[in-house]
Amino acid sequence: MEATDILLRFVYALIMIVVVMSMAGYSVLAERKVASWIQGRVGPNRTALPLVSAIPIIGPFLKGLGIWQPLADGAKFLFKEDPFPSHVKKFYYALAPMLAVVPALVTMVVLPFGAYWEDGVMQPLVLAPIDVGILFIFAVSSLGVYGIVLGGWSANSKYPFMGGIRSSAQMISYELAMGMSILPVFMWANGPNSMGDLSLFNVVTAQNQAWLFMWQPLSAFIFLVALFAETNRLPFDMPESETELVGGFHTEYGSFKFGLFFVAEYAHMVVGSAVFTLLFFGGWNFLPSFGILPDWIVNPWADWGLFGSVCSVLWFLAKTLFLVFFFIWIRWTLPRYRYDQVMNLGWKALLPLALANVVVYAIGIAIFDRVVTN
Amino acid sequence: MAKVVERKPLSLAEKTYVPQILGGLKVTVRNMFRPKVTLQYPEERPIIPDGYRGVPTLVKDPHGREKCVSCQLCEFVCPPKAIRITPGAMPEDQAEHAHVEKAPEEFEINMLRCIYCGMCQEVCPEEAIFLQDIYSIVGYTRDEFVHKKAKLYELGGTLPDEHYKWDKKKQAEEAAAEVQH
Repeated sequence: MEATDILLRFVYALIMIVVVMSMAGYSVLAERKVASWIQGRVGPNRTALPLVSAIPIIGPFLKGLGIWQPLADGAKFLFKEDPFPSHVKKFYYALAPMLAVVPALVTMVVLPFGAYWEDGVMQPLVLAPIDVGILFIFAVSSLGVYGIVLGGWSANSKYPFMGGIRSSAQMISYELAMGMSILPVFMWANGPNSMGDLSLFNVVTAQNQAWLFMWQPLSAFIFLVALFAETNRLPFDMPESETELVGGFHTEYGSFKFGLFFVAEYAHMVVGSAVFTLLFFGGWNFLPSFGILPDWIVNPWADWGLFGSVCSVLWFLAKTLFLVFFFIWIRWTLPRYRYDQVMNLGWKALLPLALANVVVYAIGIAIFDRVVTN
Repeated sequence: MAKVVERKPLSLAEKTYVPQILGGLKVTVRNMFRPKVTLQYPEERPIIPDGYRGVPTLVKDPHGREKCVSCQLCEFVCPPKAIRITPGAMPEDQAEHAHVEKAPEEFEINMLRCIYCGMCQEVCPEEAIFLQDIYSIVGYTRDEFVHKKAKLYELGGTLPDEHYKWDKKKQAEEAAAEVQH
C-alpha cells in the first residue's frame, strides 16, 4: 500500500467520524426537539451564532430550530470543570467513557453507506469491505457494555453500580435474540447464486425485489426490540432509569466524560439505525421492485455517476434518520419496563420467538431454493 | 341489582402490547402537530387576572397626595414582618394637606420577607397599599429587595378612585365651623 493510499484512508475515516459524531450530536438536539413537540412545547430555540443569526429570515429560522444548540452544549462540556470524586477508582473511572465511545465509532467501519457503479456493477461505499460485516458489528458493539459496566463499577457508589449490573444483564440477554433474529436474513441473502458472505452489502443487494421487513416482519420486529435494548433506549433504559437510579452508570460523571457517555449512547443509536436500514429497509435502494416494477426503480441513480452515488448516500441517510426519529418517538410514547419484565421479555418471549423464526424461515427458504433451482 | 362487569381475557394481539403501542405512537404523533402551548416568556407576557396578588405597592390619589397616613396597621398585621414604617408629620411643602396631619417619613417593604398574602391591602383603612400585577422583581443585592418609599410609589402609581376622603372631611369641618359662627 502506498503512502498516499494510507493517507487517503485516514482522511476517509476522519470524514466518517466527523459525520457520525455530528449526527450523534444532532440527534441529541432532535431528541430534545421531538420531545418538546410531542409534549406541546417549543424546545431549544435561543442559541444564536453572532454573525449567522443576523441574516434575515434564515438566521432566525435556524435559531428557532435550535441548530446551534449542540455547539453550545459541546463547548459547555469541554470547558466545564472535570471533577474526579475522591471515592472513585481513578484509572478505570477515566477509562470507562473512552471504552463506551470507541466501540460505537468502530462499528461504522464496516457500514456500507452508499454505492458507486463501476461499469454497471454496484460497489459499496464502505471504509473496510470485509466479508464478516455483521459479525464484526455484533462483536464490537457488544464491547460497548464494558464502558458502562466499568463506569458503574469504578464510580464506587451504589446507583451507578446498580446501573452497570442491570446494563450487563440486559445487554447479554438481548444479544442472543438479536443475533438469532437476523439468521433468516442472512440465510435469504446467501441463497443460491449469491456471493455467500456476511457483509451488509450482500444483504442490500438481496433486497432488490422486496425489502426484508416486508416478508420477514418477525425478524425485523425482534431485531428492532433487541436494538432498543442494546442501545439502552426507552422502554429498556434500565442502566439509566433516571427516576430510580438518579442517572444510572454515569451518575458520578461530569463535564466531558459525561459528554462522551452521552455521545456514545447516541452514536450507538445512529449506527444501530443504519444497521437496521441495511438489514431490513433495503439500504440505499430507492424502492423495491416486487418483481413487477422495472428493475431501474431499485437504483434509479445507477447511471448518474458521482451524483448517483451522492443520491444513494442521501437516500440511505434519510432512511437512517427516519429510524433515529422512530427511536425518539418511541421514547416519548412508552413508559419504562420494570427490570424483571425486561428479563422476562428477553428470555421468555423474544428468544423462543427468534428460535422459532429461524426454524420456520430455514425450512421456508430451503423449500424455496429447491423450487427455484430445479 | 348489581351489575356484573364482564372481564374479558386479553386477546393474543393485546398480550403482545403491539396494538396498544401503535395507538400510543398515534397519540404522540398527533400531539406533535398540535399548536404549542409555550409562552416565549421575556417577549410574551402572561395575562394577569384581576385580583392577582403581585408586589405590594403604595398608591397616590388622583390629586397626587400620598394616601398613606402612617397608621402602621399594615406593619402590625404583616405576618412575616416585612413592613417597617417611620411615621412623620405632613411635610411642610404640602400645606394644603396639613389637615391630614400624618404621612410616612419612610416606608420600607422587605421583599425577601414578603409572602404576598395581601393582608396589608386588606387592613389598610386609607386604601393606600395594593398588591398589583407586578410579579417579577430582580436585584443584585439584598438591599435592592428592600423597597423604599420612593420605589413603592414608583411601582404603585396613582389609583383613580374618587373618594377624596380627607378633602371631604376638611369641607365638612369648614362647614361645621361656619354654622357655629
